[in-house]
Amino acid sequence: MDINKVQFDLVSPERLLVSDLYDMVVAPGEEGDFGVLPGHSPMIANLRPGVIDIYENGVITDRLFVAGGFAEVTAERLTVLAEEAIPVHEISADDAKARLKAGKQAYEEADSDAARVEAEAQIAIAEAMMAAISKADGAGH
Amino acid sequence: MANLKDLRVRITSVKSTRKITSAMKMVAASKLRRAQSAAEAARPYAERMDRMVGSLAANLPQGVQGPALLSGNGNDLVHLVVLITSDRGLCGGFNSSAVRNAKQFVNEKLATGKEVRILCVGRKGRDQLKREYGQFIIDTYEGLGRKGMRYSEAIEVAGRITTLFEEGKFDVATLIYNRFKSAISQVPTRHQMIPFESGDAPEETGDPAMKAMYEMEPSDEEILAKLLPRNLATQVFRALLESFASEQGARMTAMDNATRNAGDMLNALTLRYNRTRQANITKELIEIISGAEAL
Repeated sequence: MDINKVQFDLVSPERLLVSDLYDMVVAPGEEGDFGVLPGHSPMIANLRPGVIDIYENGVITDRLFVAGGFAEVTAERLTVLAEEAIPVHEISADDAKARLKAGKQAYEEADSDAARVEAEAQIAIAEAMMAAISKADGAGH
Repeated sequence: MANLKDLRVRITSVKSTRKITSAMKMVAASKLRRAQSAAEAARPYAERMDRMVGSLAANLPQGVQGPALLSGNGNDLVHLVVLITSDRGLCGGFNSSAVRNAKQFVNEKLATGKEVRILCVGRKGRDQLKREYGQFIIDTYEGLGRKGMRYSEAIEVAGRITTLFEEGKFDVATLIYNRFKSAISQVPTRHQMIPFESGDAPEETGDPAMKAMYEMEPSDEEILAKLLPRNLATQVFRALLESFASEQGARMTAMDNATRNAGDMLNALTLRYNRTRQANITKELIEIISGAEAL
C-alpha cells in the first residue's frame, strides 16, 4: 500500500459508494471542515450536511455531497458513514429547491418538538445542497 | 363415463396449480437476485458502523457508564423481542422457523421469571404468535419492503424501539430474524440490540490497535447520542434485508418443490386416465363382439 495515500471509504446504508486511495480528503465536520492526510491521528467525528472534497496532486478531482453522517479516521484510512451521498454534479437545483420547500412546509406543520427538529434537519440539508451547487458553478464546473 | 370426467377435471386443476406455483417460483427467483444484492450492498455500512460503535465503546474510560442505548439501563427484567417475518405465506418453513425460535426465546425468559414484550414486523409472525402470546404483542408492522426495502422504513421501526426504551417499557431488546445463508438455507438468528453487542467476534480480545485512543469531535456524548440511534436503525435495516432475501429464497425452494410435485401428480393422473379410457374401450368392444356372437 502506498504510504503517501489515504484509503477513503464512503458508505451509505444501501451500498458502498467509494473505496479507493487518494492524496487528501476534506470532510465537513460538525465543528468545521477537516482534511485527512496519511498518518492522521485517530479520530471520530460527526459530519454536518456538506461536501467532501477529494484531492489528487493538489487539485480537487471529485466532490461528493453528504447529508450528514460520521467519519472515522485512523492513520491509514478515512471511513465515512453517510446517510445519503450524491456527487455534486448530479444534484439538480430543482431537486434541492423542492426539498427546501418540503422541509419548510414540514416545519410549519410540525406539531411536536421532535418533528420540528427533524424538519430543521431537512432544511439544513437542502440549504447545504444549494450551497454546494452554487459553489460548484462558481468554480466553473 | 363419470369416472373419466372426474379425472379430466382433476388433471386440469392440477395443471393450473402447477402454472401458478411455477410462476411464483420465477417471481421469487428474480426478487431473490435483487434482494440478495441489496443485502450484500448493505453489509459494508453495517460492518463499519458496528466497528465504529465497538471502538467507541472500547474507548470509553474505565468505569464510565455509557449512554443507556449502549450499555443498557442496568436492568434485565423486561425483554423486547423484535420478530421479523414475512407478510405472505407460501414460503415453506420460513416463518415457522423464525416463530419457533422466538417462542423458544420467550419461554426461556418466562421460565426465569422475566417479562416479555413482542414487536412483530410482518403479518405472518403475528398470526402465528397471536393465540399463545397475544397479550405480549405490542404492535405489528405490515407491508414493509413492498417496493424494495428502504432505509427510512428501518428508521421508523428503530425509532419506535428507541422511544419504547426511553419510556422504560423494556430493558433488553433482541432481534429475531432469518439470516440469509444461501437460496436454500436460512438460519433463524438472534441478535441482541440493546445493550449493544458487537455482531462480529468479541471485541475484548481484539487487537490493541482497536483500543487506540480516538479523538472525539465534538465529544463522546454527542457522537454517541447521534451514532447509537443510527446504529440501531442500521441493525434493523440489515435484519430486514436479510429476512427479505431469505423469504424469497425460501419461497423459491418451496415453489420449486410444489411445481415438481404437481408434475409428478399430473403424470400419475394422466396414466390413470389413459388406463381407464382403454379399459372402457376394451369393455365396449367385448360387449359388441359378444353381442355379435350371440346372433
